[in-house]
This record gives sequence, structure tokens and C-alpha cells, in this order.
Amino acid sequence: MKKFRISPPVAAIILAVVLFLLSGLLPNGYGSDVDVAISQATNIVRLAVFLGVIAAGQTLVIISGYEGIDLSAGSVVTLTAILTYVIVSGENAMVIPALLVAIAVGALVGFINGLGITFLKISPLVMTLGMSGVVTGAIIVINHGNVSGKIAPIMTRVIARPVAPNIPIPGAVVIWLLFGLFMWALLERTTFGKNLFAIGTNRVTAKLSGVNVTWTNIGAYALAGALTGFGGFLVVGNTGVVFIALGQPFLFPAIAAVAVGGTLLSGGKGSYWGTMAGAIVLTLITSLLTTMQMGESVRRMVLGATLLALISLYGRQKSFRQ
Amino acid sequence: MKKITWNSLTTRNPALFAAILLVLVIVINAIVQPNLLAIDTLNGNMRVFLPLILLAVGQTFVMICGGIDISVGGIVSIVNTILATQVGLNGSIEQLWKFVLISLVAGLLAGAINGFFIAILRLQPIITTYATGFLYAGFALFLLPNPGGGIPRAAADAYRTTTPLGIPLAFYIIAVILLLWWFLRSTKYGRYLYAVGGNAQAAYQTAVPVTWVIFSTYVISGVMAAFAGIAITLLSGSGNAEIGNAMTLTAITAVVIGGTALSGGVGGVAGPIMGAVTMGLIQNIISFSNVNTWWETLVKASIIVVALAAPGVINLFGRRKS
Repeated sequence: MKKFRISPPVAAIILAVVLFLLSGLLPNGYGSDVDVAISQATNIVRLAVFLGVIAAGQTLVIISGYEGIDLSAGSVVTLTAILTYVIVSGENAMVIPALLVAIAVGALVGFINGLGITFLKISPLVMTLGMSGVVTGAIIVINHGNVSGKIAPIMTRVIARPVAPNIPIPGAVVIWLLFGLFMWALLERTTFGKNLFAIGTNRVTAKLSGVNVTWTNIGAYALAGALTGFGGFLVVGNTGVVFIALGQPFLFPAIAAVAVGGTLLSGGKGSYWGTMAGAIVLTLITSLLTTMQMGESVRRMVLGATLLALISLYGRQKSFRQ
Repeated sequence: MKKITWNSLTTRNPALFAAILLVLVIVINAIVQPNLLAIDTLNGNMRVFLPLILLAVGQTFVMICGGIDISVGGIVSIVNTILATQVGLNGSIEQLWKFVLISLVAGLLAGAINGFFIAILRLQPIITTYATGFLYAGFALFLLPNPGGGIPRAAADAYRTTTPLGIPLAFYIIAVILLLWWFLRSTKYGRYLYAVGGNAQAAYQTAVPVTWVIFSTYVISGVMAAFAGIAITLLSGSGNAEIGNAMTLTAITAVVIGGTALSGGVGGVAGPIMGAVTMGLIQNIISFSNVNTWWETLVKASIIVVALAAPGVINLFGRRKS
């Protein structure tokens, strides 16, 4: 008998739409006001952009398999956000250099992660956890309790505001769509992408088919760091302020977004579209719980339970009995 | 006779590196803090390290079986909030014992929930325990929204000053754990643990009850987390729903420094105990060697990364030579 299956990204999107429609029925929901509903939906997608971009690097390292994970992502977001903030200091001209520095610093941290994981055979979870501590330490040294800087007007204009006065689509959403296209091309249309899936499925067969396993793996971590650095740049462009705990709250939701989007945590299978859908679902649930004025404790419990329910639907591994 | 290499030594005794590292940090610590081995200092240190040791031991069972449990911090918080809210500063010692028992049952239940989702529903450990960790942390916050409450002063004093025969209490607890482990290792269950961690599929085919072995490791981890929660409550004497958050990842690092691989199948209980003590002593060394406060986190994290990287570096050079 053939089992009926929906692909995880589609399931996540359906879930998001259903949840959003149901949220209109809440006492303080949008009710029958279509304009309010649209602006609420836009806002949720806008908030999901930052989680989604930060989860991109996570998607890459998780696809690379063998317990691939990047626990340094949270602190890299904070570090690159602070660097952007300091370098830009309100000057439009400094935005591009700051963006390049953010990406380069992220890539450097990722590269070190990759070296430790491949050459020194440290498990990814522990290696990236250790690096997270080092990066946090570096942030404290740079920061010394307070930083002076400012984001440039052009960043707010491009990231936080709508594209044009009469088109109510936030700039961040457009950036995200282009970013999604880039990620799709990277994963599905390049040799690196193919190799990444190959090493995630089975490193021995990948090696025998001529894939450079070590450098593909290092590349995945370096690229993940670079993408996370870009995420940090976007986050500070949206919030306009920096603080030491800026990036950490993104870390585990990003991993959850990847899992909800159907990327196997054991590697070798997944897509960035799924992660995007996962980021939207997670942001939606969080903001719904806030709208319902739930206390922090209830919010955490509901989020945990929802996540469990979602992964129970399609995160199950093969049973031993075949 | 086969040549003895570093690689063959550490494969046979995974805790060897942890032991060397421990001796090294004890020596350095004794230099910066000459009274380290005085009984009062020793007792003071060991009672602070004990919660982490207990947590690391529980985590080891899960990791030998190839899993990971990142919900333990939540369980520690639940136990802490149960004790702090239900016993109170003016509670009787009988009441304390009653709720200590209830806490252990709570830990067992939380572990069983993890085990149910991971062993029976076959969900991926890291994301499952992340989700249940959210549930547990939320529940702890529900029990005690703001830090407060406490346990009878007499109990906290007893934990601080009990040194039977002049030896700190923590050493007796460690001895009991080691004895139990030594006994468990030689039982059928002990062999099952390694069989499942080494290759679950092969273990299944040789009639090892894989599901129940995996289930049991999460229950053990939950109960040990409850013990850790009791210890940290006795140590702090008060309640805080966030108390366990930071402990999870430190415990995992301690287990890895102790020579247990995240991929499962190797390791023992002595390694993580040494790993946890090492982590505590590193913090000690930094506090005593007048490192500038701003640099503390960076120095500590760098030492940990170097400690994690050292076995890999030694192996790398060993391979070059041969």
C-alpha cells in the first residue's frame, strides 16, 4: 500500500496559512478586515526574513551531514551586527565595506569551524559550541560594555521600509526572495551543491565518486559563516541597535526552522525553500502567542509542543524493523 | 609486539586524555591558588562542581548510545523551582525529603517523555530534546515566574559542611557513581549500551532490545538531571527558573573533554567526571590569575577549544610521522 505524502515545505506553508486564517478569529485578531489581515501577514513575513537568512547557513551544514550543525551562528550574528554598526557609523558610503567585513568575518569563523571538524575530527556540535564561546569572548573584548556607532539611513531605507511608497512590500522581503533564488541555485545548480548532498548522504561513496569530501565540508562551514554574517548585517539594519544578546535568540529557532522545513538533521536531504517555510511558521507561531497575550512560560511550552507535533509528523527516522 | 601509539592508547582508554588534562589543570591551579588541596577549598570547589558532574554522567549514557539530550537544563530548572516553591525557606526537613522524591519522579517522567519521542516514535534526538527542553523550561517558569523561594537553611548548611571522615561529600557521591558504573558495565545492559551506540541496526539484528535501551538512557539522563537540580538547589539555597539554561551545553562539553564521542559507542563515566572537574578548575584558574574581566570569556573559551582540539592535533601529527 502506498502511503499518502505531502512534501514538508508544502505542509509547512499549508500549516502557516491555516494558522494565520484561524488567528483572525481571535478576540483581538484582524476579524473581517482584509487590509489589516494583509498588513499583518506582510509584517510576519518581514520578521521571518531575519530568521530565514540566519537559518540558510544552518541548512547548508545540516545537509552536509555527519551531525553537521552550527552552534556558533548566534554569536556570529551578534559579532557581525556589532562590526557593521561600528564600521558604518551613520555613513552611507561605509555600508558596502561593512557588508563585506560582516561576510568575511562570518566566513573566517566558519572556516575555523570547518578546519577543526575535518582535520582535528572534533564533532561539529562541540567545535561550533566552542567557537561560539570564543566569538562571544571576542565580542565582550571589542564591546567593553558599550559601543558607539550608528546604522546608515540607506540601510533603514532598503531593509526596514517598503520598496516604494505605493508598494507595501518591505525591502527585506525582496532581499529574501533574491537570497532564496541564490540559495536554490547554489544547492541545485552548482557542483558544490551536488557535492554537498553527496557528502551528506554517504561520505565513502562520495569520496569514491571523486568528491573532495574534506574541502566540500570546510566550504560548507565557511559559506554558512558568511551567510550568517550577512544575516547579522540585515538584523542590525532592521533593529538599528546592538547588544550582546542580539544574535543568540536566533540560534535554536534557526535549527528548528530547518527541521520544520523538512531538511533531515541526519544530512543529505533538504532544501532552502523548506527552511524559508519553516522560518515563516515559527515566526507566525511566536507572534500569534504574543498577540494572544500569553505569558512567557505558556509561550515557551506551546512553542515546544508545536515543534514536537511538527517533527512527529515528518521527522521520523527509519524503523529498525524493515 | 605492536607499537604503542597515542591513537591506540586513546582508543582503548578514552579517558586517558581527560586524566592528563585534569592533572595539568590541577597543577596550574595549585600554582595560582596554593591552598587548592586544603580540605576546605577542596570541599568548596567540589560542591560547586557536583551539579555539573551529575549532569555530565547522565548525558554520558545518552551519548554512549549515540543520542544527545539538550533538555537537561530544563529538567534542572523544574526541580529547582519545585523545591524552592513547595518547600520554602521555613519548610521542615521531612517536607524537603518528600519533594526531593517528587523531584526525582519529575526527572524520571521528563526523561521518559524524551525517551518516548526518540526511542519509540523515532524522532531525531537533538531537535526533540530542544523542543521538550522548551516545554520543561516553560513549565519551570510557570511554577516560579520570578526568582525567589528557597529551601530550609539547615539543608543548605548540611550540603555545605558535610565532610564525613574529613572527606568532602562530593567524593562519596562520585565513588558511588563509579561503583555502580563498574557493576553496570559488566552486566548485559552495559554491553547493550555500547552495542546500540556502535551500530544500532546491527544490534537490532542480534536481538538487542534497541528501543528499550535507548529509552532507558533518556530516563537515566532525566533522573541524573533531577539529582543535579537537587544539588544546585542545595548549593544556591534559592529558586530561579533560568538556573539550568546555561548548564546543558557546559555538561556536553565536559562529556566530550572526558573522551565520549558524540557519535556513540565509546566512553565511560570516569571521563565525564574528570571533564566536569576540569571545566570547573579552568574557571578557577582564570579567577585566580587576575585576568582582566573583559578578557575572561575569551580566555576561558580559547582554553576549552584548545583542550578539545589537542587530541586531534596529536593524532594529526602522529599520522604525518607514520
